[in-house]
Amino acid sequence: MKLKHGLGLVLILIIATAVYSTIITEKQYERIDVAGSTSVQPVAEALAQEYMKAHPRVKITVQGGGSGLGIRSVSQDIVAIGTSSMELNDNEGGKLKEYVIGKEGIVVAVNLKNPVDVISKDDLRAIFTGNISNWKELGGPDAPINVVVREDGSGTRKTFDDLVLKKTDKVKSDAIVQISTESIKLVVEQDPNAIGYISLAHMSPNVKAVKVDGVYPSMETILGGTYELHRPFLFLTKGEAKGAVKEFLEWCLSPEGQKIVENEKIVPVAS
Amino acid sequence: MSRWNEEFFIEKGLLLTAVSSIIIITLIIVFIFKEGLPAIQSYGFINFIFGMDWAPSSGQYGVFPMIIGSLGITALSLLMAVPLGILCAIFLAEVAPARMRKILNPTIQTLAGIPSVVYGFFGLILLVPFMRIHFGGTGFSMFTASIILTIMILPIIVSVSEDAIRSIPQEYKEASLALGATHWQTIKNVIFPAAIPGVITSVILGMGRAIGETLAIIMVAGNVVQIPGSIMDPVRALTSNIAIEMGYATGIHYNALFATGIVLIFMIIILLVLANYLHYKKKVTVGGGYL
Repeated sequence: MKLKHGLGLVLILIIATAVYSTIITEKQYERIDVAGSTSVQPVAEALAQEYMKAHPRVKITVQGGGSGLGIRSVSQDIVAIGTSSMELNDNEGGKLKEYVIGKEGIVVAVNLKNPVDVISKDDLRAIFTGNISNWKELGGPDAPINVVVREDGSGTRKTFDDLVLKKTDKVKSDAIVQISTESIKLVVEQDPNAIGYISLAHMSPNVKAVKVDGVYPSMETILGGTYELHRPFLFLTKGEAKGAVKEFLEWCLSPEGQKIVENEKIVPVAS
Repeated sequence: MSRWNEEFFIEKGLLLTAVSSIIIITLIIVFIFKEGLPAIQSYGFINFIFGMDWAPSSGQYGVFPMIIGSLGITALSLLMAVPLGILCAIFLAEVAPARMRKILNPTIQTLAGIPSVVYGFFGLILLVPFMRIHFGGTGFSMFTASIILTIMILPIIVSVSEDAIRSIPQEYKEASLALGATHWQTIKNVIFPAAIPGVITSVILGMGRAIGETLAIIMVAGNVVQIPGSIMDPVRALTSNIAIEMGYATGIHYNALFATGIVLIFMIIILLVLANYLHYKKKVTVGGGYL
């Protein structure tokens, strides 16, 4: 019997502490929820971390889930800031206020063994729609081109399709679909005949970046405007931002915040 | 009085736990239908089930290639896993010496415990390049996916079948051997036929896992929406389709993914009914006994 009472007491203590601490937290912290694009997530996390160091009274949580989820949940007031790695379409854009916090390059990557260095934008379109299907036509070896793309709905894919393919074009129907930048990289790294697109922040020496129309993808060429394949990273709020959210957004666009953006290999917005 | 209370509460408590599974499955089905039906209604049932094109960005929602994909991957993996699994189970239950069994059984159980993402990663890193080098193409294919699935469902088939074979009464075996049958004749004509209901159960469980597997398939099947011309072509399964696009889907696209779930539920119900019927047919067979 004694043991039972003891256990009960411990339980009550634990619950009391938990309730007490949540009440205290609620009182002391200003909470900002951020959710959306998985591509924006690392930058948003880095920004949140730095900001919380300087502002201990603000608590920022960052979640992934996709650009669509970000747009949806900020429109429905589920989160304070939604993130998106693609331009909004017209009927999404109306209600939401956009803050461009940086630009990210999209790199067309091939296997290290592939001799092809430069591909024109027209040829890229022909490759991804299936009109060119052998590396021979681009001055490479006589081997089929294995096209790897992202899934329908991905911000990276939408940007690539918008920039490289024309409106009426469709990606060739037998292109392999992978669901993350990392798995595309893995496929390209292993398959000498593969071609795929990845984000510049994830670029690493295991794959080769192709010059598009003669321009090599880098922070400088994107900032200078010569490399065309890039997309905005957006923070979205429903209506005008207020209070702590506004302060956070302003800080992200300040030189201090932009430096963190740059450290994440995202091109800062020219100011 | 208090005894009556105790009886009452325990009885009702047990009833509640038993009924909870029915409640949960009803809730899930109601929810999926509520979310999925609008898509089927607006796109048309025939168009949805037999449509050849899945292109949400241009408003096309045909799931037929993915039904074929799911069925193809599952059938192919069962084709490999069932014979292998049953032979392995017979070996473990009847032939293997006790010491070997002590090593093999835990190993097989561990195989069942490995998370599917690990299988998928293994497939992506080792199997896909292997297939590309030896069979050409990209390496992502229905065949690659079914090899991974075979490895995943083997442990289920082996352990459940082994239990079934083991639970055959010792008298059957003794009677057969006493009549002069060899060990193999006994296995083939007495033990295995008697164990068939259990073996079918193992196949049902394996099939359930195969058709429901998502992550490992996404990583190795290539996820191309097409009707495969050969087993070396990439395909997309129904489950993969939901998982791949759920994060982005809005509006009718979102409903269409739930409708994909409805198709999946019906496929599983049909396969389960079929398998249960077989199970029932084979049940009352041996020597007037009921196993």
